Amino acid sequence: MPAVHIKDHWREQRLFDRRALVIGALMALATVGLIGRLILLQVVRHEYYSDLSQGNRVRTEPIPAARGLILDRNGEVVASNQPAYQLELVPEEVPNIKETLKRLAALRLLRPEELDELRRTIAVSRSFDSVPIRLHMSDEDVARFAVRRFEFPGVDIKTRQTRWYPNGDLAVHALGYVGAISEEDLKHIDRASYAGTALIGKLGVESTYEEALHGQNGFREVLVNAQGRSVERQGAFVPNLRTKAPAAGEDLLLSIDLKLQRVAEAALAGHRGAVVALDPANGGVLALVSLPGFDPNLFARGITPAEYGTLANDIDHPLFNRALRGTYPSGSTIKPVLGLAALTDHTLAADTKVFCNAEFFLPGSRHVWRADKGEPRGWLDLPEAISRSSDVFFYRLASTLGIERMAAFLEPFGYGQPTGIDIGGEKAGLLPTPDWKRKAFKRPEDQTWFPGETVNMGIGQGYLLVTPLQLAHITGMLAERGRSFRPRVVTGIRDTAGHTSWLAPIEGAPIKGVSDADWTVVIDAMIGTTHCARYCGTASAAFKDAAYEAAGKTGTAQVYTVAQNAKYNANTVSDRLRDHAWFIAFAPAQAPRIAVAVLVENAGFGASNAAPVARKMLDAYLLDAEGKLKPAPSAPAPKPAAPAAPAAPGPTVTTAAATAATGARPAAGHT
Amino acid sequence: MIYEELPYGSRTRRTLSGAASVLFALKIDGPLVVGLGLISAFGLIVLYSASGQSTATVVRTVMRLILGTVAMLLLARVNPNFLRRMTPWLYLGGVFLLVVVAAAGHTGLGATRWLNLGLFRFQPSELMKLAVPMTCAWYLHERPLPPSFLSLLALGALIMLPVGLVAIEPDLGTAALIAVAGALVIVLAGLRVRVMAALFALAAAAAWFGWSFMHDYQRRRVLTFLDPQTDPLGAGYHIIQSQIAIGSGGVFGKGWMNGSQAQLEFLPERSTDFVFAVVGEEFGLLGLLLLLLLYMFVVARSIYLATQTQDTYARLLAGSIALTFFVYVLINAGMVTGLLPVVGVPLPLVSYGGSSVVTLLAGFGILMALYSRRKLVGS
Repeated sequence: MPAVHIKDHWREQRLFDRRALVIGALMALATVGLIGRLILLQVVRHEYYSDLSQGNRVRTEPIPAARGLILDRNGEVVASNQPAYQLELVPEEVPNIKETLKRLAALRLLRPEELDELRRTIAVSRSFDSVPIRLHMSDEDVARFAVRRFEFPGVDIKTRQTRWYPNGDLAVHALGYVGAISEEDLKHIDRASYAGTALIGKLGVESTYEEALHGQNGFREVLVNAQGRSVERQGAFVPNLRTKAPAAGEDLLLSIDLKLQRVAEAALAGHRGAVVALDPANGGVLALVSLPGFDPNLFARGITPAEYGTLANDIDHPLFNRALRGTYPSGSTIKPVLGLAALTDHTLAADTKVFCNAEFFLPGSRHVWRADKGEPRGWLDLPEAISRSSDVFFYRLASTLGIERMAAFLEPFGYGQPTGIDIGGEKAGLLPTPDWKRKAFKRPEDQTWFPGETVNMGIGQGYLLVTPLQLAHITGMLAERGRSFRPRVVTGIRDTAGHTSWLAPIEGAPIKGVSDADWTVVIDAMIGTTHCARYCGTASAAFKDAAYEAAGKTGTAQVYTVAQNAKYNANTVSDRLRDHAWFIAFAPAQAPRIAVAVLVENAGFGASNAAPVARKMLDAYLLDAEGKLKPAPSAPAPKPAAPAAPAAPGPTVTTAAATAATGARPAAGHT
Repeated sequence: MIYEELPYGSRTRRTLSGAASVLFALKIDGPLVVGLGLISAFGLIVLYSASGQSTATVVRTVMRLILGTVAMLLLARVNPNFLRRMTPWLYLGGVFLLVVVAAAGHTGLGATRWLNLGLFRFQPSELMKLAVPMTCAWYLHERPLPPSFLSLLALGALIMLPVGLVAIEPDLGTAALIAVAGALVIVLAGLRVRVMAALFALAAAAAWFGWSFMHDYQRRRVLTFLDPQTDPLGAGYHIIQSQIAIGSGGVFGKGWMNGSQAQLEFLPERSTDFVFAVVGEEFGLLGLLLLLLLYMFVVARSIYLATQTQDTYARLLAGSIALTFFVYVLINAGMVTGLLPVVGVPLPLVSYGGSSVVTLLAGFGILMALYSRRKLVGS
């Protein structure tokens, strides 16, 4: 270090200048680096950051589509949408949530026991989101809150669309219902298309046609700030936001006739049972009843656990769809089909007489098959055996035909197979065969098919099980002489523009190899069931003075196996072990427009309990207000074509023509 | 520009406009004032938008600008020699106030920085931004340059005392700026390159040494500080949002008051430390380049003025004031664009708030005073 330091101003100045220059240059370099960074952000990655900023500021809110309506065949509304009032609370606007909820409970708008649960729900919600705290307020609730509204800042009444079934439980088992979307539902649906939707079809047509009914949700872009709150404008400008209107769901047009449905439900009221009525010419379901039913509105508005418990634990199982899922022995309703089998097989002819006494034995067996007390005795031919429902005749017929031949003939009619109706959950029933028995049972001694089981099949007992829907379908096939149409509830789908696309009937494989004469024999025998001529059919009382010709068959399905050497006595058997009553029918017999199967659980004899239900339905469907047969729907009164012909009433003419064509007997003033 | 050199009564002298005469009389440098004025005006336009159209914010900023201008005008008239003689007292007073702040300051935003003087609150650390380089320049004024080792030790102590006091407030950003202002004086004074290299090596060694002794959570904290993007919801949120703001602005910007990031409050500190991002979002790359150009003009002019001063004190102080100003710009822009860790350094003359506007303009007032008297030394 030099000893003496003298300040050299000139040198210091140059040093300073040099340093200032170097530092300045370094900073300029840094500035160039900074500008490089800006170019990277603003030019190279501009689009990337634009997307991010767009995602930041715009939130897409779904606009739920209005669910499609459901209408019956006459255009009557079965399911619609209705605004419902609900109470909602915005947490950040409520000064004291606990106190507010307490005061709402004091106004009887909330139940005291649900307050804790509500507080938890509110606690986990975003502070600016509206939380529903009470659904489905009655008008009275709304009024009660409205006058006190000023006392509840942050709490308000909101409306939203909900499903409404104006007829309550009418046809609920065909219609199904909508309910809150469950975790299970979420696995099957596209969550995005259900954003903003609270309800989804659960059963029946509401579920099958969910896609059509649901429609397409729209969306609305909403400007949000960093707190996620929706704001009107961004700085000084109102940005351009996209909106897509929702496409409402499509309307379903049902083949169901609500008038007929009402008649059926009224006729069956007080009983447990099921009714299915079909249009045999196209498979359209005219009525589908399962009683008791339930109010689908409960589910649409959010069923409470208590309400659900009541329904689920009801001894009459109102939630159970007997029409589709109830499997019962067919009872004697199988007899026309088996008769047809025997005729086709030439096991017997139409006029072959068989001697029937009170009991039937299999050769080499001590088991006794007893005839019912009202049964005909003596020499019977097939028509009489069907009309008067002789068990012994069919015991013989069955044991002659044998199980294999019976099963082979029954199978094309759809026994043991689902009909393929367009609502879910249908059971297949059971058509037992020796083959089936081998597979179904584990123990070798159970796997053998016994001849006695063949005999039971003759009267539709034993393992044979059918659903009311199946029987209606089979009845329709009898009516159409072997033609088969898949049953369906929905016949048309109407889009939002009002254009209806009609669904073509789906025809199944017809019954082959049955001669027309044999069909006539069996159908005549079924007509005999509802008439008194040489003898009275089992349902002749129920069809006394009918304005049309009905072909029917009664049936009684045993629930309880009567012990050998004992007699079934309805009075001694517990109510729920009593026989089920069946009745199947179609009419008018020569030009069938309706085929119906009626099951009344534990009602005993089919003729006295099930046949009157069918009679009421056929009357309601086929007759006009004056009790005359209505014109066939395939030839409706040509209104636009003949508007100026009031002198000669068109309908009368058509009726006459129809009567002539069908050969129905002229009605004798049935009122 | 250098009016004093023109003979009194010359045509040029006479054709000087009235405004120029006023500037001359006030010892004000015209180009520098124009540059500062343009930046401030641009800042006010940006601030109106960035504050969410708050007229009150703009009015308060205008008040501060007026206050700063008054300070600038007053300081520009002060004799540099007087300023130099006052320097040690200013330094001691500042250190005293920092001690008072540490003892009884007003706490705001989690840090104790303010001194409540009844009428207004005052940040002594702002005072030190000027007092420290002044003190360094004062210390080196009579000593031969480049500074000796002993001088360096003394200067190091003079700088670290207030820096330490500010750092414990804690206000790391301001502490760093004070240190930079002091260090720049030393570098301008001719600190030898090998000494600088040695200091860098020492710092690197200390960092490595410290790192090896740190716990994992401490290391993570350091890493998060250095690269905030690893913590997108915490420290990284600011920087991610500001990059989105700048990047989405593109070349031409989204338009004044139309930056969604800023207007919808996704960008935090939008009117204070992150206002640079608002410029980028609403005025785009062009807006930022214009702003940087204005800053560079001001700095270039300031450096030129610094080189024109005559004595060591004036040169070092003026050079430090000029360069520190640009260091502010670089640190703020680097932090907002994600190049540097987030430290609380405002964008000079644009960011809203505090006494920094006043300090900055006061600094430029001193710079002008130092420059305006340069001829007096020789005459």
